[in-house]
Amino acid sequence: MAYSANQLKNGLKVMIDGDPCAMQQVEFVKPGKGQAFTRVKMRNLMTGRVWERTFKSNESLEAADVMERDMEYLYTDGDMYHFMVPVTFEQYAVEKNAVGDTVKWLKDNTLCIITLWNDKAIVVTPPNFVELEVTETDPGLKGDTAQGGSKPATLSTGAVVRVPLFIEEGEMLKIDTRTGDYVSRASKG
Amino acid sequence: MNKDLWQPSATIETLHQRGKMLAAIRQFFADKAVLEVDVPVLSQAAVCDPFIDTMRVEYRHFVEDSPIDYFLQSSPEYAMKRLLAAGSGCIYQMSKVFRNGEIGHRHNPEFTMLEWYRLGFDEQQLMDEVSALIEAVTGIGDFSRIRYTALFKRYLGLDIDSASDAQLAQTMREHIEVSGDYDRDGWLNLLMSHCIEPKLTGAVFIYDYPASQAALARVKIDEQGVAVAARFELFIDGVELANGYHELTDSQEQAKRFAADQSQRQQLALPQRPLESRLVAALSHGMPDCAGVALGVDRLLMLALGKDHIKQVMPFDITRA
Repeated sequence: MAYSANQLKNGLKVMIDGDPCAMQQVEFVKPGKGQAFTRVKMRNLMTGRVWERTFKSNESLEAADVMERDMEYLYTDGDMYHFMVPVTFEQYAVEKNAVGDTVKWLKDNTLCIITLWNDKAIVVTPPNFVELEVTETDPGLKGDTAQGGSKPATLSTGAVVRVPLFIEEGEMLKIDTRTGDYVSRASKG
Repeated sequence: MNKDLWQPSATIETLHQRGKMLAAIRQFFADKAVLEVDVPVLSQAAVCDPFIDTMRVEYRHFVEDSPIDYFLQSSPEYAMKRLLAAGSGCIYQMSKVFRNGEIGHRHNPEFTMLEWYRLGFDEQQLMDEVSALIEAVTGIGDFSRIRYTALFKRYLGLDIDSASDAQLAQTMREHIEVSGDYDRDGWLNLLMSHCIEPKLTGAVFIYDYPASQAALARVKIDEQGVAVAARFELFIDGVELANGYHELTDSQEQAKRFAADQSQRQQLALPQRPLESRLVAALSHGMPDCAGVALGVDRLLMLALGKDHIKQVMPFDITRA
C-alpha cells in the first residue's frame, strides 16, 4: 500500500528511510504559479525525532504497518518487559528501548498503549494519569496546605516528582505522565 | 456526506463582514468607472498552466446525448482579455473560480477571485491601484516594493543571477529536508514559499520576476540588461494575495507560451487540455496595452479579520459544500 503525497494527513503512518513515521502536521503549499508541495512535520516512531520534510505532491510514500493496541503491563524479567492484551490474553515481550522513559510510570496492571510495527512493539505510551505511592519524601509540614512551595518525592516506580510540602510517605498520588507533574492526592478507592 | 456538517463554516458575523467587503470592492471600481463584467464560469478551453488542474464537467444537448467537455474556469483571464480585444475598456470581475486538488489552510478548490484590467497602466501603476484598493477596503496602508533578485539577496544572501541550480538546491536543503529533484523554477518556488514567505511581514510587492516565470506577462530588459517578467505578486504577512502583469499582447509569443506549457504538461504526464486558441486570435486582432491583476478575496478577508483558515471566511468550505 502506498500514499501519494497529496493524500497525506495528520496521524498517517508511512515509511521514511526505512523507519515508520507518524505525520503530525501536514500543510498544502501551492504558489499561484508553480507546482504544489506537501510540507510535513513528522515523528520517527523508532527514534522519537521530530522534523520537517517537503514532498512533491505526486510523490509516492509506502504506508507503514503500524497499529496501536491497549495492553496491560505484567512484569519485567530484567531484560524484557511483558505486556498482555486484556481481551485475548496475547502476550508481547517489549525491549527496554521501546519502553524508554515510560518505565518510570509502570506498575503492575497499568493499561498502556503499545505501538506495533509489523507486530513488533516499538513504543510504549503510558496512560495520561497514573496513581503511584510515595516511598520516600521529607516529613510533611502539618497545616501548610494552603502555602506554596514543594519538595521532591520518590514514588514506588523510582520516579521522582515535585510535590506539595504536606505530602507524606505512603500516600497515593495522581501524576500527569505527559508533564511528569503532581496533580493531586489519589481519590480513595 | 456528513449530515452533522450542515452548518456554515464561517460565523454569521463574518459573513456580514464578507458582504461589506464585496460591496466596498464594487464601490471602489464604480467610483473609477471600471466596468463590472461576468464572463462564463464554463469554457470549452482550459488554462494551460501545467500546475493548475482544471475541473472538467459534461454538457449534453439532451439527457441521452453524448457529453461535450466544458471546463470550470480557474481564472476569468482568457475571456476578459477577449473582451478587452473587443473594445470593452477597463473591466473587473469578482466571481468564483475552481482549481482541482487545492485544499489547505489558504486554499479551497472553489474560491472568489477579483480580477481587473486597466488600459494604459504598467505593472508599477497597477501596484499603486492594488494598494489603494486594499487600503480602501481593509485599512492596511503600509506597502513596500522589492525586486525578486533583491529579495533573495536580502533574505538568503543568494545572488540568483549567478547561482547555479545546485547552489539553489543546497541552500534549500540547509533549511528543510526536501525529497525529489526540481528544475530551477521549482527550487526558486521552494525557497520562496519555505524560506522567504514566512519572513515577510506587512504588505510587500515583489516585482521583476525571472523571465522563466512570466506566465502571461510581457518580458522586458531591466537596468542590468537581464530579461525579467513585467510581473508582480503581493504578499501580506507572508500570504500570497495577488498576481499581476503588464500584459503580453503579442499573439505569436502567446501561442509559443501555450505550446511550451502544453509540452511541459506532456513531459510531466499531466492531462492535455484544449488550449484557448481564441485568446491567440483575439491578440492577433489587437488587445490594447494594459496591466491586469488577480486577487484572492477570501485571503484578503482572512487577513482583514485575522482568521487562520480560509473556511472561516466562506459560507461553506469544500467539505460542507
